[in-house]
Amino acid sequence: MSLLSVRDLVVKFAMRHQTLTALDNISFELARGERLGIVGESGAGKSITGFAILNLLSKPGFIAGGKIMFDGKDMAALSNEEMRLIRGDRIAMIFQDPMVTLNPVLTIGEQMIETLQAHRKISRADAAQIAIVKLREVYIPAPEERLSQYPHELSGGMRQRIIIAIALLLDPQLIIADEPTTALDVTIQADIMELLLELCQNNKVSLILITHDLGVVSQMTERTLVMYAGKIIESGRTREIVNDPQHPYTQGLINALPQQTLPGHKLKQIPGNMPGLGALPTGCAFHPRCDFATETCKKTMPEFINFGDVKVACHEVARLHQINKTAEQPDD
Amino acid sequence: MSGTSDLSRWTRFKRSNLVYDFFHNKVAMVSLVIFAVFVLSTVFAPLIAPFDPYDPLQINIMNSELPPSWQDGSDPQFVLGTDDQGRDLLSAMLYGTRISLIIGICAVALQAVLGISIGLIAGYIGGRTDSILMRIADIQLSFSTLMVAIIVLAVAKAIFGSQSFNEYALFMLVLVIGIAEWPQYARTVRATVLAEKKKEYVDAAKVLGFGPMRIMLRHILPNSVSPIFVISTVQVANAIISEASLSFLGLGMPVSQPSLGSLIASGQAYIFSGSWWITAIPGFFLVLLVLVINLLGDWLRDVLNPKLYKG
Amino acid sequence: MFVISIISFAIQDKLGDPLRELVGQSVSEEVRNELREEMGLNDSFFVQYTRFAKKAITGDLGTSYFFKEPALTVILKKLPATLELVLGASFIIIGLSIPLGVYTAIKPNALLSKAIMGLSIVGISIPVFLTAILMIYVFAVELRMLPSYGRGEIVEVFGYWKTNFATWDGIKHILMPSMALASIMLPLFIRLIRSEMMETLQSDYVRYAWAKGLKAKRIWFLHALKNTMLPVITVGGVQIGTMVAYTILTETVFQWPGMGFMFLEAVNRVDTPLIVAYLIIVGFIFVVTNTLVDLLYGLVNPTVKLARMGA
Repeated sequence: MSLLSVRDLVVKFAMRHQTLTALDNISFELARGERLGIVGESGAGKSITGFAILNLLSKPGFIAGGKIMFDGKDMAALSNEEMRLIRGDRIAMIFQDPMVTLNPVLTIGEQMIETLQAHRKISRADAAQIAIVKLREVYIPAPEERLSQYPHELSGGMRQRIIIAIALLLDPQLIIADEPTTALDVTIQADIMELLLELCQNNKVSLILITHDLGVVSQMTERTLVMYAGKIIESGRTREIVNDPQHPYTQGLINALPQQTLPGHKLKQIPGNMPGLGALPTGCAFHPRCDFATETCKKTMPEFINFGDVKVACHEVARLHQINKTAEQPDD
Repeated sequence: MSGTSDLSRWTRFKRSNLVYDFFHNKVAMVSLVIFAVFVLSTVFAPLIAPFDPYDPLQINIMNSELPPSWQDGSDPQFVLGTDDQGRDLLSAMLYGTRISLIIGICAVALQAVLGISIGLIAGYIGGRTDSILMRIADIQLSFSTLMVAIIVLAVAKAIFGSQSFNEYALFMLVLVIGIAEWPQYARTVRATVLAEKKKEYVDAAKVLGFGPMRIMLRHILPNSVSPIFVISTVQVANAIISEASLSFLGLGMPVSQPSLGSLIASGQAYIFSGSWWITAIPGFFLVLLVLVINLLGDWLRDVLNPKLYKG
Repeated sequence: MFVISIISFAIQDKLGDPLRELVGQSVSEEVRNELREEMGLNDSFFVQYTRFAKKAITGDLGTSYFFKEPALTVILKKLPATLELVLGASFIIIGLSIPLGVYTAIKPNALLSKAIMGLSIVGISIPVFLTAILMIYVFAVELRMLPSYGRGEIVEVFGYWKTNFATWDGIKHILMPSMALASIMLPLFIRLIRSEMMETLQSDYVRYAWAKGLKAKRIWFLHALKNTMLPVITVGGVQIGTMVAYTILTETVFQWPGMGFMFLEAVNRVDTPLIVAYLIIVGFIFVVTNTLVDLLYGLVNPTVKLARMGA
């Protein structure tokens, strides 16, 4: 049985004059110990997916439909207190910018100890000990001193390590990491990613890594979802997606990577911008920017078709796949 | 949204968020209506008021302390009763509200002009000038308006003597309240200037050779309009209260030209003896006036603030 | 402080002829000139000021014309009355504004919240003296529950300080004036705490606290509140100046024998040394409280170096 099962999740925003759909029937499964990447541009809905799992959507967002099952339990059926117990304990979250994630007026020690005390009956001294152990695991020097320090006294990289340590304090089953390195210096990003990978593998923790960086995803995750305008357009094994992207958007993303461009040549951008939630096009949301768009694309939303280990939602791919199928098995 | 620049200013305003929100907000609409009633009744006071409270010939001390028309012992020509000098309360209040509004609006206008100018200069020039100006502003802010006003007016009264003081009371009140509160405007405008200064259109304007005055007035100022509006409503309300307080203490409008504050003061002694209306009725209207101004100010602030989503 | 003293002194110089006040009209011209010389009134402004400052530092602030006592003594006698009033009001403000502000921030749509906010707006719209008068009318005249003026029974503590809080009668006397004084600042603080708290509740670190699975009470009252209080403390400090001004109004209505009342009377009597002394003392209190507020802020906010040094 999978650890996390998301089926047909719909998230909407109740604005003053209208209601916008931020997530449109998102579905995926996550096995124990598996690492999943969620990739997309800003605003595609990846962070919202993460928050929805923990029911932390900020107003005016709300869950309008779908089912989220964690460890066999229906999350929507949980009481506030049951939900609280899961947060931080069974599912931990890592936010994007460590500078604003830690409370500036409380010490590191306070913020770590309180996490432990919120979920276990444990004395301050014991909690402090566990905190120190975890700080060591994330390779922070002189951990005992850190406990009495304030966030502003530490560097960005250290702060993010501390946040990773906090995430591991209660030995969670799942960590949701929302753009964990975007706000850090490039030089530190690789270190933090390596650390996260190592810890997840050693402790057998499932990971949902939310990022816009395909490069990172290709190194960290086993499976990936590609999101666009609130929908999943391609999902499957990371290696397959990166090596042989099916959806035109994913192809565009891969092609846009600097590594894919020969020196001296212009970077290949996908023309246009992702549409805002209030101005979604009809049919397939990507068609205005797609080289292969047809009339069908403008009218109807594509369904998922299976393609080996990959699922894609694209009319063109379906069409090509159909042609191939007919060509291979003419008498079926 | 390239179409918006083609529409006239008026059409854009009509379709804007502001207007939409206004007509959906009952509180704002009611407040504006009440406020309009106040303003109109004071503008037309000479026509509406049954008596002229400034005309000593119309005041008969024998009429003093008559209760309002819904109590016994009243005289029907004095709808809201009379005060201790025999003046019709309704007329006195109409004129009194007029004075309160005039003082409120003029004083705020003065504050605004002073404050905005200083704020623009301080923010734009920066450096030493900025520090000095802001220091002065800070010092002035720490003395509350009321204190400063009390002192200045007391001194003025002592120097000029009661007689001439009363003649210029209106003028003095506007002056004092106006000068005392400019730091509020200066601070706000300066903050906006500092933020806008960093934006590219200022650099563009400079490159094009526009002088600082022009940049300040035609480019930066229009962008700081919304916080100015929000403060202004609160300031008007405060100015009216300040004037009322000062008149209450005897340092404001004289008894012969009463404002709502002095009416309340004159009635204070009579509460115990039963003539409650001299204090209560002007008091009620004073609160109502200030309340609707505050409500409008609050609504304005909420509408103009993009940060709050009322989901 | 420097600025205050210069201004005060300048006022003293211009206000009335101190000589005449002291000696009366009937003394001849020659004697007057002699006295003038003796008192040094013919010296330059600068010299006079320096003399004044020297005396002030040693505690000699001149002699009140009216009371015929050293001004400082007069003020110090009245100081406890005013300070206790301010203390009472502060208790009410702090005690009520924090819970109410936090509640309205956490549950902004609850009926109680809307009621509190509505009352708050009405509260800021009513001037202090009106609230005072209203309270007197309701509690003292109609209901006869509380006394309407004066300090009532006071008990001497520490030989010098006469306190109201020691007896039930004393408390009854101080209750209304404190509430009246608090009535202006309370709504302000409730609104301030509420708006700061609402903003804090949207911040990333609060969301993170929820993600960690902390209990709601802890998030509200530790994570959010501590951050909320920072700007509130700053603003609170500035409001102290306003409070002092409002004591003048409140004391006048309740005939509370404190510094404010004394000041008003001094102004009306043109008792210059007393006026000057009052300004200086108030300025001093102001500087002291501001320093204390700064210290407090430094203790609460760890990004200010003070906290680490002390902790």
